[in-house]
Amino acid sequence: MNIVDRIWKSSLGKKYLMGLTGAALVVFLIGHLAGNLQVFGPPELINGYAYFLKSKPGLLWGARLGLLACVGLHIVSAITLAQLNSAARPQAYATNGAHGASTASKYMLPMGSIIAAFIVYHLAHFTAALPAVNGVGDFTKLTTTLHGETVPDVYAMMVLGLQVPWVCLIYLVAQGLLFMHLGHGLSSMFQSLGFRDHVWWPRIRLFAQVTSIALLVGYSVIPIAIYLRVVGNDYVEKKKYALKAATKKPAPAFVTVPGKEAK
Amino acid sequence: MVTLSSNIPSGPLASKWEKHKFATTLINPANKRKYKILVVGAGLAGSSASATLAELGFEVHNFVFHDSPRRAHSVAAQGGINAAKNYQNDGDSVHRLFYDTIKGGDFRAREANVYRLAEVSLNIIDQCAAQGVPFAREYGGLLDNRSFGGAQVSRTFYARGQTGQQLLLGAYSALNRNIANGGVKSFTHSEMLDLVVVDGHAKGIVVRNLQTGEITRHNGDAVVLATGGYGNVYNLSTYARGANVTASWRAYKRGACFGNPCYTQIHPTCIPVSGDYQAKLTLMSESLRNDGRVWVPKRKEDRAKRPADIAEGERDYYLERMYSAFGNLAPRDVASRAAKTVCDEGRGVGETGLGVYLDFSAAIQRLGEGKVRERYGNLFAMYHEITNENAYQTPMRIYPAVHYTMGGLWVDYNLMSNIPGLFVLGEANFSDHGANRLGASALMQGLSDGYFVLPATISGYLASQNPGKRPATDNDAFKEAEENVQAITKRLLGNKGKRTPYSFHMELGKLVWEHCGMARTAAGLTQGIKAISALREAYWKEVNVLGESNDWNQSLERAGRIADFIELGELMCRDALMREESCGGHFREEYQYTPEDPETKAGLVNPGDVKRRDDQFAFVAGWEYGGAPDKAPVLNKEPLVYEEVHMSTRSYK
Amino acid sequence: MKVTLKVWRQKNRSTPGAFKTHETPELNVNMSFLEMLDVVNEQLANRGEEPIAFDHDCREGICGTCSLVIDGKPHGPHKGITTCQTYMRTFNDGDEIVIEPFRAKAFPLIKDLVVDRKAFDRIQHAGGYITVRTGAAPDANSVPVPKQTADFAMDAAQCIGCGACVAACKNASAMLFVAAKISHLGLMPQGQPERYRRAKGMVDQMDKEGFGACTVTGSCEAVCPKEISLDFIARMNRDYGVALLKGDAKAVKSGGAG
Repeated sequence: MNIVDRIWKSSLGKKYLMGLTGAALVVFLIGHLAGNLQVFGPPELINGYAYFLKSKPGLLWGARLGLLACVGLHIVSAITLAQLNSAARPQAYATNGAHGASTASKYMLPMGSIIAAFIVYHLAHFTAALPAVNGVGDFTKLTTTLHGETVPDVYAMMVLGLQVPWVCLIYLVAQGLLFMHLGHGLSSMFQSLGFRDHVWWPRIRLFAQVTSIALLVGYSVIPIAIYLRVVGNDYVEKKKYALKAATKKPAPAFVTVPGKEAK
Repeated sequence: MVTLSSNIPSGPLASKWEKHKFATTLINPANKRKYKILVVGAGLAGSSASATLAELGFEVHNFVFHDSPRRAHSVAAQGGINAAKNYQNDGDSVHRLFYDTIKGGDFRAREANVYRLAEVSLNIIDQCAAQGVPFAREYGGLLDNRSFGGAQVSRTFYARGQTGQQLLLGAYSALNRNIANGGVKSFTHSEMLDLVVVDGHAKGIVVRNLQTGEITRHNGDAVVLATGGYGNVYNLSTYARGANVTASWRAYKRGACFGNPCYTQIHPTCIPVSGDYQAKLTLMSESLRNDGRVWVPKRKEDRAKRPADIAEGERDYYLERMYSAFGNLAPRDVASRAAKTVCDEGRGVGETGLGVYLDFSAAIQRLGEGKVRERYGNLFAMYHEITNENAYQTPMRIYPAVHYTMGGLWVDYNLMSNIPGLFVLGEANFSDHGANRLGASALMQGLSDGYFVLPATISGYLASQNPGKRPATDNDAFKEAEENVQAITKRLLGNKGKRTPYSFHMELGKLVWEHCGMARTAAGLTQGIKAISALREAYWKEVNVLGESNDWNQSLERAGRIADFIELGELMCRDALMREESCGGHFREEYQYTPEDPETKAGLVNPGDVKRRDDQFAFVAGWEYGGAPDKAPVLNKEPLVYEEVHMSTRSYK
Repeated sequence: MKVTLKVWRQKNRSTPGAFKTHETPELNVNMSFLEMLDVVNEQLANRGEEPIAFDHDCREGICGTCSLVIDGKPHGPHKGITTCQTYMRTFNDGDEIVIEPFRAKAFPLIKDLVVDRKAFDRIQHAGGYITVRTGAAPDANSVPVPKQTADFAMDAAQCIGCGACVAACKNASAMLFVAAKISHLGLMPQGQPERYRRAKGMVDQMDKEGFGACTVTGSCEAVCPKEISLDFIARMNRDYGVALLKGDAKAVKSGGAG
């Protein structure tokens, strides 16, 4: 058997895949957060960052495909393992206690499924910028000038996007679930990959807790700050005004009912 | 009447085994695979024998009634295993282990067997360590030892409180390896219900599959029984509930002699009985006596007081008082009897008055609670779970309980019974322990028999058998044996009585404990024989066994075993009645030292100690089945000939 | 005290089972749980009803034969204790106690509360040993084992093979059992030569038997009567990972010298 077969055909092999892809995704989450936190700086900061990423299509698409592969493998492994697991107990107990299992550990797959759905939404919301899902309007029309070039105004897009109450709520719920998913997954990843003993386990747990809390706080503070109009409100007001003047058309109904603008 | 010839090789004691191994005919490696050996039981002796015989190239079939070989009751031995390694440099040697064992057995064991056991003990430890048994270690990485059960040297190797389980897992792993490579075929949930004897030789067994009820015949060139002891005849004992005498007993009924059935060991440190419902007595490791002090109040009026309220001066540390040299470490039979004596005097503690204190306060003061916890923590926890008492604060209560049977099927030096081709190992044989077994010697014997002795001796018998010519299972003897088994099952299930099998077991247990327990008398034993034979008759009239024969049926399994226990109980009483002396665990009240005896006056023994009668009873009793349960068995004798050791008075003072 | 038992009764694998209620007679609080079942069984037998089939043997918590899921927890409410060492004083007068068999595809039911745990044996046939022939062993002290290593191996070796880990796991996974066995032998210096081969063989057999995978819930550790640590699972994962990366041993091309 070759190595791929060996890994794929064993339950432990799939656990390694879960762990490794999980680890890659956590690394991405940390990087992504660092990028997003630039929203707290002047608009040029994050717009510049976004422009930098766009200017390196090889790197960007490489990373995107890598991430997609990780997510895909993570999900496929999770589903096949879940099938194996449910087959292993054909008859359920009439009474069943948790016996020391945390709530998160019992609901990893449901939480993961919701997070996966969120990822799809998030991609549709900001990456594909589908007007149908954002409740605001066509984000592609938001541009700004950077170093003399016209570039997408990511800053405005984030602020306008997350000022919508229900969108903000979706993001917050997703962060909560992600936090719980990581609370169990991050330490279990070390377990699955075999990096655990009585000395390192407490340290791993601490690391996992600190990381998942940091990610929760970091990712939640953005929509909250935006929703509370602490960040970028003046900028997007001006932006709306500027947009209105430049086009001489009625202002795009950024505050109208979702979906209408697309028509 | 059969002749019981021990077949002990001639020559000096120390070279008998070496000489015998050389004299034993070997079998050509190409022929070995043509021999099939049936091994019944997979405890220490059965697993180790199966694995080793398979390694030698024989075809081995192993049978256990458990779901897995790892469940055998060897697993429960807590304390340790002896070996004369002398790693402690405290004066141990093969000869000292031999002498301690034969003296411990009150000079009723076979000298040459015991010497061989001591010799082989060295290899056992090596073997187990190589298998990965996690023995206790010192910081330097070398093996640790402790002193144990009546030894004045530290020669006991141990693995926390689980030596038995760890050694069994070692033997089981060797068995697994040979199952995996095809050397051993393992039959689990398979209970042997009859021995097949063809032309006077053991050539097969009849087995019931406990899951399906299917009865099958198995043929072989030799049959090895490693089926453990029969202490459950007392119902209440430290044995596993499933432990039984059936395999041995059915072999006895086919002509194998039963050796010294009355030699039973009563272990001094068990948790006292608390009620009628009780199914099991729990042993607290004897290692507790290394640091615990045994006492009862001096005055019986104090027995209801809380132990803390009894002043130091009002306590009787009776083992230290009576046996100053060995103190709390006196051998098991001595310690048990002393406990019975003080309780009979009305000084026993606890609700029933059948208990003595095992006190750790001195050890806690000397070593600190942490150290005591480190040594015995699991035992203290177990005691707490069972009694709801904290032994760090208040002394434990202990009382003797049936723990081991030194008697068993008679075997010669080759471990072969008087039926050629039938070999018996471990606790199932009448063994190397004489009338009393020393602590940490049972594990040693099981492994010695299985790993080293049988594999060396069995070829002597097999060489006399034509390879590949064993009788087929359609032979008349197989047919007859299977019919016999079917008939017993049918009779049990067809009986329309009103009582459960277990109610008979409880009644039997009480009778055997009362008449053939820690103290025995001619009158009591005579009465016991009568009562037990009446119980046997009542059993077949009144027992009611539910369920079917072709299904998992625990009532049926038990009913068959209990029927055998009842017959055995009667034989034990007969043996005890015949043996008009006291020795080791066999205490006849008529034969004890009195204050007038010269040995007592010389300070060698205490009044009440066992009094042997070497002139008349220095023999092994090999009982031969009378042909029917109500016919008296025939007594055969194998004289015990001591070439190097002098049978002296056993003194622990 | 008296309690009401709600017990799973099932004649055999091919007959469907159901819960049946049994009232106990008067009990003593110092009875063990199994002694309570003995008493109930005697009562049933005296009434001509078939006794409840349950597995048990040593009754001192070491043979691993007793099982039972008591009120949803394998081996009953206490931590680090087997069913046979659970005492009735744990329960209250009038309690209803639900008793179920261990449930897992790899542990097929035999009758009532008895299940077949031979899958554990087969896993151990697949490598649960150190290859050493009887008589081939060097002196026991020729291979020093650091005390810490021996103690750690002993922690794993304490496993009694009862299967509570499987029964408790929401995935019916046998990882704790297999990890304990692999770690015991894999920690000892004597077990090093076969360490990775053993891990590979036993884990693969575990998969074949139909046990689930580990999702690190920790239930197994919580119910293990010998309190075996999840650390050993990580250790097994490490060993198995190394075995995967190493691949199969190179085949020997020619026979021995003639």
